[in-house]
Amino acid sequence: MMSDALLKTIFGRLTLESLPIHEPILIATFAMVATGGALLVAALTYFRVWGYLWKEWFTSVDHKKIGIMYMILGIIMLLRGFSDAIMMRIQQAIAFGANDGYLPAHHYDQVFTAHGVIMIFFVAMPFVTGLMNFVVPLQIGARDVSFPFLNNFSFWMTAAGAAIVMASLFVGEFARTGWLAMAPLSGLDYSPDVGVDYYIWALQVAGVGTLLSGVNLLATIVKMRAPGMTLMKMPIFTWSALATNVLIVAAFPVLTAVLALLSLDRYVGTHFFTNTMGGNPMMYTNMIWIWGHPEVYILILPAFGVFSEVTSTFCGKRLFGYTSMVYALLVITILAYLVWLHHFFTMGSGASVNSFFGITTMIISIPTGAKIFNWLFTMYKGRIRFELPMMWTIAFMITFVIGGMTGVLLAVPPADFVLHNSLFLVAHFHNVIIGGVLFGMFAGINYWFPKAFGFKLDKKWGTISFWFWVIGFYVAFMPLYVLGLMGVTRRLRHFEDPSLQIWFVIAGIGAAMIAVGIAAFLVQFYVSFRNREALRDTTGDPWNGRSLEWATSSPPPAYNFAFTPVVRDLDAWYDMKSNNAVRPVSGFRDIHMPRNTGAGIVLAGLSMVAALAMIWYIWWLAALAFVGLLAVAIGHTFNYDRDYYIPADEVTAAEDIRTRQLAAREAVAGA
Amino acid sequence: MSTENPIVPGQPHHDHPNDNAHGHGHSSAEAHGTRKDYIIGFVLSVILTAIPFGLVMSGVIADARVTAGIVMVFALVQIVVHMVYFLHMNSKSEGGWTLMALIFTIIVVTICLAGSLWVMFHMNLNMMPSMASGDTSGM
Amino acid sequence: MIEATIPPGTQGPVFYETDEHHHDAGGSTMLGFWLYLMSDCLIFAMLFAAYGVFGGSYAGGPQPHEIFELPLVALNTSMLLLSSITYGFAMLAMNDGKVRSVQGWLAITGLFGLGFLCIELYEFSNLIAEGAGPQRSAFLSSFFTLVGTHGLHVTFGLIWLVTLMVQVGRKGLIAANQRRLQCLSLFWHFLDVIWIGVFTFVYLLGVLR
Repeated sequence: MMSDALLKTIFGRLTLESLPIHEPILIATFAMVATGGALLVAALTYFRVWGYLWKEWFTSVDHKKIGIMYMILGIIMLLRGFSDAIMMRIQQAIAFGANDGYLPAHHYDQVFTAHGVIMIFFVAMPFVTGLMNFVVPLQIGARDVSFPFLNNFSFWMTAAGAAIVMASLFVGEFARTGWLAMAPLSGLDYSPDVGVDYYIWALQVAGVGTLLSGVNLLATIVKMRAPGMTLMKMPIFTWSALATNVLIVAAFPVLTAVLALLSLDRYVGTHFFTNTMGGNPMMYTNMIWIWGHPEVYILILPAFGVFSEVTSTFCGKRLFGYTSMVYALLVITILAYLVWLHHFFTMGSGASVNSFFGITTMIISIPTGAKIFNWLFTMYKGRIRFELPMMWTIAFMITFVIGGMTGVLLAVPPADFVLHNSLFLVAHFHNVIIGGVLFGMFAGINYWFPKAFGFKLDKKWGTISFWFWVIGFYVAFMPLYVLGLMGVTRRLRHFEDPSLQIWFVIAGIGAAMIAVGIAAFLVQFYVSFRNREALRDTTGDPWNGRSLEWATSSPPPAYNFAFTPVVRDLDAWYDMKSNNAVRPVSGFRDIHMPRNTGAGIVLAGLSMVAALAMIWYIWWLAALAFVGLLAVAIGHTFNYDRDYYIPADEVTAAEDIRTRQLAAREAVAGA
Repeated sequence: MSTENPIVPGQPHHDHPNDNAHGHGHSSAEAHGTRKDYIIGFVLSVILTAIPFGLVMSGVIADARVTAGIVMVFALVQIVVHMVYFLHMNSKSEGGWTLMALIFTIIVVTICLAGSLWVMFHMNLNMMPSMASGDTSGM
Repeated sequence: MIEATIPPGTQGPVFYETDEHHHDAGGSTMLGFWLYLMSDCLIFAMLFAAYGVFGGSYAGGPQPHEIFELPLVALNTSMLLLSSITYGFAMLAMNDGKVRSVQGWLAITGLFGLGFLCIELYEFSNLIAEGAGPQRSAFLSSFFTLVGTHGLHVTFGLIWLVTLMVQVGRKGLIAANQRRLQCLSLFWHFLDVIWIGVFTFVYLLGVLR
């Protein structure tokens, strides 16, 4: 038998007790995940696709593939985050009086924490990043982003962060602090176990990915636009991506800093956020929300971009008020930094401070309102086609406005003193995040899916998903507004007042409806794939779009554009179509492309090992992993052979296929 | 960190000289300093460092607040000197984007710094009366 | 919308660039690195903010004038400043295409940087030995973190510098290596800018309190 000291040296604080052998729910979950995972691995092995996956996807530096991988990550994590939601809804619907429910407190607290962390960091952020990654280079007429390798690395760091969170489900436990892990609850005194460390490291690893992605897309938009595409001729989604990535670069360092300080408190014994020796937990709240508020704008601005593109395309009109839309984006970007205190009006900064931030919060609703009006004016006198993206857009406009209004209500400090941390607040932010961000992502997915995969998504199942989501959302969250106004606090797992129960039951029914919506969403993918020939997009422009991504085939070739487009006006593709622009069919040249690389996934894997080692206090492994990271990173820089050329005849062959495809379409259309 | 693409041999470059002898290749025409720039920057920095250290270490000015003020102004000036002479900051670099990024960063930094100090001062005043006197004296 | 009137016999509006000049390999690198530097600036800003908030929280422990040795800090500062100009000379040598000269100036820069780090480690270890370590008070926590983070950046800069010396030695001053040297230049000077903030607001103002 090994001595305790030796075991501790090798395994840190990891013991057999860290495995959830006493928790039936977790054992069942693990069984399901392990079985499913094993089946997936077996299937992939049986069909011999590992080589294909490694070469064509995991090591790919192609922004389109990376974008798709982000979306897949987001969808998988949506299922996990939603399971947490269902668990909470069930608990809250039944736990009244004598009935204590089925989720004990220490488990329930992890569920609501994981729900928030996963939904924000590993669903919404990947969706938003994935869409921007896929669409922006195409919209600006570029072949890829500025830093393709960094792009791959960023994705894998995000995935590694997700893996770290998932690991907490089965080894050890997650934080019980809520998704922002406020101090001093998240400090060593009150959360000595691994949970908060899992939280910190998952976010620090994923945060590196996000920050680098921000730098990448920002440089791309600044430097790689097609000739003639001035800033004011950029598609509006690209503008929103520009604003979003400015926010990312300016906000995520703050998260890095505050989590670093928290981890110093926990690992080194510093006194930033402790209650003694001069520490001040309120500073944690202050710093985390300096990041937190720009973060919600990072989530919503791309959705706004999607809605602008969709509205203009499906109403057959140029977007109304392009210039004011751009200014609204810029104003929101700046103002995003002037409102953060509204998240903690009740912490005690006093009337003068509260008034300032209350006023700025109300002001920031104005540019958003301007955008809503612009979308409405775009629809006015347009020929509206109610395809799925447009349906999601209309649902967004109604739902988000309601959520926005409750936000303005909360912006009034005296009102917030009553409603802070109540279910009213919970209803508000789900209202704007689901109604705004998620509906925007669904619109974007349905809109750009044909571009990515060459066939449309099935409209019937998409419509089923739509209605269950939209109605389900209202049924699930409107009761929460009522409960909040009645004084019910958030994050509770048991209630004494039986008159509240009916509202929770209604909310539970809403959650069940959303579950059906999610199921229909997944079925939609399956059915679409099965019927892909019938749903095939043969022209690359299935919606009669207006921006450059629709000028390529569906899916685009690896190099996107054989010849870089020259832009003369806003809505560049629409301009080309209106002027009968002739697509060059010959004279193709060698195209310069970046090579695939495994360095990104290796570095992310090492980061994950380092993080897990730090979480479990396995110092030797952590040291090894950090040294490994340094070695691989430096080693990678010694590789100068990072690119290659696609020979002209390969380009010609690919373009010829497209020429024939378009000609066949013309022949059919003309007949 | 970023993809470094070497010049690939075999591809004709119609007007781009090879880049051993030339400092900046064909691309962004990176602002590079002259020897004079670096030396001026260095000398200025030495002066702007020596004076604050001298003032504080000798205690020649009685009022600590005045000294503090002078020292802070010198720091600001030296930062500008570094920006201009070492970092070659100008409004032309990258089509003005470098300067714009810097200005935006300065704005956000100012908001975060001033905002945090203001907010925490009031928080401490209202919520931790024993702390109220201590915190802003650090800056 | 621009309507180009096309006189007969001339080419119509151009929608595709068929005569493409080779795009600048690595043309985004400098801007990208600058943007990263701006984000790093924000991390330091928050550490300064933390120092601003906690800088007076001595918890009955050591105060700045008791523990800061300004002569040592002045020595440190001069190390960093000298390393800045030697890096500048390295860049001038790079522009003149002199590989050996570049490596020489880089080596000297590295030595100054190493000197800076050694002095700082000496200072830190003394403080910890005296019981004025980062766990003593919020003031000391924020001091060690701010100054330590800067030192950590210098350390990474030195590792990068040595790596570049090897790479320049191997491949010469090819475009990729020049870009890397330029990036390190930005990084190195930026660290000196941060240090101006540190010695002013932490050390000088600390002693003045």
